[in-house]
Amino acid sequence: MKQVFSKPVSLKDVQTHFCPGCHHGSIHRLVAEAMDSFGIADKTIGCASVGCSVFLYGYFNIDVVESPHGRAPAVATGVKRARPDRIVFTYQGDGDLAAIGTSEIIHAANRGEKITVIFVNNTTYGMTGGQMAPTTMPGQKTSTSPNGRDVANDGKPFKMAELLSNLDGVAYSARVALNSPKNVLQAKKIIKNAFQYQVEGKGFAFIEALAACPTNWGMNPLAANERVGSEMIPYFPLGVFKNNENL
Amino acid sequence: MTALKRKFVKGNEAVAMAAIEAGVQCYFGYPITPQSDIPEYLSRELPKAGGTFIQVESEIGAINMVLGASACGVRAMTSSSGPGISLKQEGISYMAGSELPGVIVDIMRSGPGLGGIDASQAEYHQATKGGGHGGYRIIVLAPNSAQEMYDLTMLAFDLSDQYRMPAMVLADSVLGQMKESIVPNPRPTVNLPAKDWAVRGTGGGQQNVVKSLYLGDGEMEKFHWKMHARYQELADKESRWEEYQTADAELIVTAFGCTSRIARTAVEMARAEGIKVGLMRPITLFPFPKKAYADLSNRCKKWLTIELSTGQMVDDVRLAVARDAEVEFYGRPPGAGSLPTPEELFTQIKKFC
Amino acid sequence: MRYDVFCAGYGGQGVLLAGNLLSYAAIREGKNVSFFPAYGVEKRGGAAMCTVVFADGDTGSPVVGEPSVSVILNQLSFDKYAPKVKQGGSCLVNSSLVELAGVTLEGRELLAIPMNQIAIELGDVRMVNMVACGAYAAATGALSLESLQEALKDALPERNHKLIPAKIKAIEAGAAAVFSARKA
Repeated sequence: MKQVFSKPVSLKDVQTHFCPGCHHGSIHRLVAEAMDSFGIADKTIGCASVGCSVFLYGYFNIDVVESPHGRAPAVATGVKRARPDRIVFTYQGDGDLAAIGTSEIIHAANRGEKITVIFVNNTTYGMTGGQMAPTTMPGQKTSTSPNGRDVANDGKPFKMAELLSNLDGVAYSARVALNSPKNVLQAKKIIKNAFQYQVEGKGFAFIEALAACPTNWGMNPLAANERVGSEMIPYFPLGVFKNNENL
Repeated sequence: MTALKRKFVKGNEAVAMAAIEAGVQCYFGYPITPQSDIPEYLSRELPKAGGTFIQVESEIGAINMVLGASACGVRAMTSSSGPGISLKQEGISYMAGSELPGVIVDIMRSGPGLGGIDASQAEYHQATKGGGHGGYRIIVLAPNSAQEMYDLTMLAFDLSDQYRMPAMVLADSVLGQMKESIVPNPRPTVNLPAKDWAVRGTGGGQQNVVKSLYLGDGEMEKFHWKMHARYQELADKESRWEEYQTADAELIVTAFGCTSRIARTAVEMARAEGIKVGLMRPITLFPFPKKAYADLSNRCKKWLTIELSTGQMVDDVRLAVARDAEVEFYGRPPGAGSLPTPEELFTQIKKFC
Repeated sequence: MRYDVFCAGYGGQGVLLAGNLLSYAAIREGKNVSFFPAYGVEKRGGAAMCTVVFADGDTGSPVVGEPSVSVILNQLSFDKYAPKVKQGGSCLVNSSLVELAGVTLEGRELLAIPMNQIAIELGDVRMVNMVACGAYAAATGALSLESLQEALKDALPERNHKLIPAKIKAIEAGAAAVFSARKA
């Protein structure tokens, strides 16, 4: 029988710990497919962050360094400078990258570190238990914004892909979503681009992936998936914000 | 001939020279007085030696770059002082938890807070008791001359690689800023274990993971006992100290770092007057040379600990000496004008003997 | 044998360079050396100080409470540090800038040398630190004038080596001034 579907070789053949309807699994798969397409898994070093994404090494067939909360871009800088011939990526959530790690991400981007950053924006702290994140939507209720995010008190959600696209050191910055087959296919192409930039030694590439977190949103998987399209995409538009091949 | 081979350098420069000789491949740091000569020297010399120098956005970024480079198996380091060392504690804890080597140089200045730039020894506790969260120790070496700033920096890299834990060179602004003639010895040949744990890309083989998260039943506890045993091994094999005139001493002065230099001259002054006093100087602060203190105090029962603080190392001295030994303390907390003179310490010696 | 010397003046008088030069000369004589630049609140007031200790064996404390010899280049430093000179020691004073009329240092030698004036006569007041070094070597015999002159190559950056002949003259003039001061 002809095999028409298989797991990427960059992924281990194990079940994930992710909740039903969570988009981390899809993002893992797209990252693995990108690695497969360049045949780079055996020369890739991943920098895991703190949160649901910490178990990177459990799912990918690659070497992994665990980073302190928010510091993955600094850890990745150390890795890439020590081993410039390796492919290095970070995989971080919104609390990690856009709150406690803003200094590290901005300066790694500004230095134009030749790394790839996968930023999963699900508008909440996942593993910690659904607290307010820097990307939590205005009015969104979380365990630390029980009356909904009050922009007068907390400011508005960070738009990281746009923010980083303004830095000269950034070669590629884009936002994708996984809420529909069309968006998944588009995300696959863009994530592959982000790795291609590094394979070709072109510079810092940043991917923001909008993701559902049904458990912490208090929704079923379908409703959560729906929310990505109805609430998140209007505020966090999809697209490529920076594509500078000249770096 | 040896006069020609010697170099006249600041203690800070000696650290940087030794790091290059030790094969450091990556330096990540942030400027702060009184240690900025280290990044200044390395920004100039490390790239020439084929290494990487980054002036990082913060001390936090710097220590995490050390973590990343060290996870790849290369020799990496950072240096700082007071407030900057506080910021590095998070990363040091993660490195300790991940069993990563790496060298941190702390040129102590006065504190707390912004404090000042004068010599201090008030970071003894922070350095030797595990300055960050979680319960861990790191190797702490305390030079007392520019030559030792050089030699112990080199040793810090070797011990750190050997025992897979961060190592700190704990000095102060006197040692960092003063110039002395040193012999820049070549890197000694040491048999170190292969870094087969480092991340390098699997190359199709076994997956290597550098991590400090242990969630399985009993895993974390096992890690702690493993490290506990390693600290014990370190104490047994690597405790270092220097004794001066202790053989017939009726009073032993004990001090580390720049204070031990001042104390040594005070001991000489006392000896010139026929007072039987000696000096015990710990070179490794972790492991603290407990056994040497215990042995010495079986014979000599009067001790005087001198520190540039209100008393930190004195706690370890009191725990290490025989139960019937008497330990006095004389301290000058750090700050402008508080550096003691040999004459002042001589007065203290006369008071206690 | 162990020697220690404390140098003090205001910023710009070249006190630290003087300390460095004495250190390099001592190294050329095969000594161990420690050079400790004192800094702190005084530095804000424009004071510059250093302590140099050199010895055949261990240099011991880089900090000295009562120096055997002090080289003092201005009034402020004289008032503050001259009384600290050890009994039996020497205090070399830049009498161009320090009022010494009626001043004595009991139990210590007070050598008044018009260092600024000597430097100005040689054509550059900035040579005051070289005059001081020459005076130190001549007054104490701790270092030879030859070592001092040779050490200029070590203490000065390459680009300033053209100034060496002028500095040698200043060192010699400082030494000569000690002999006249002692005669007087």
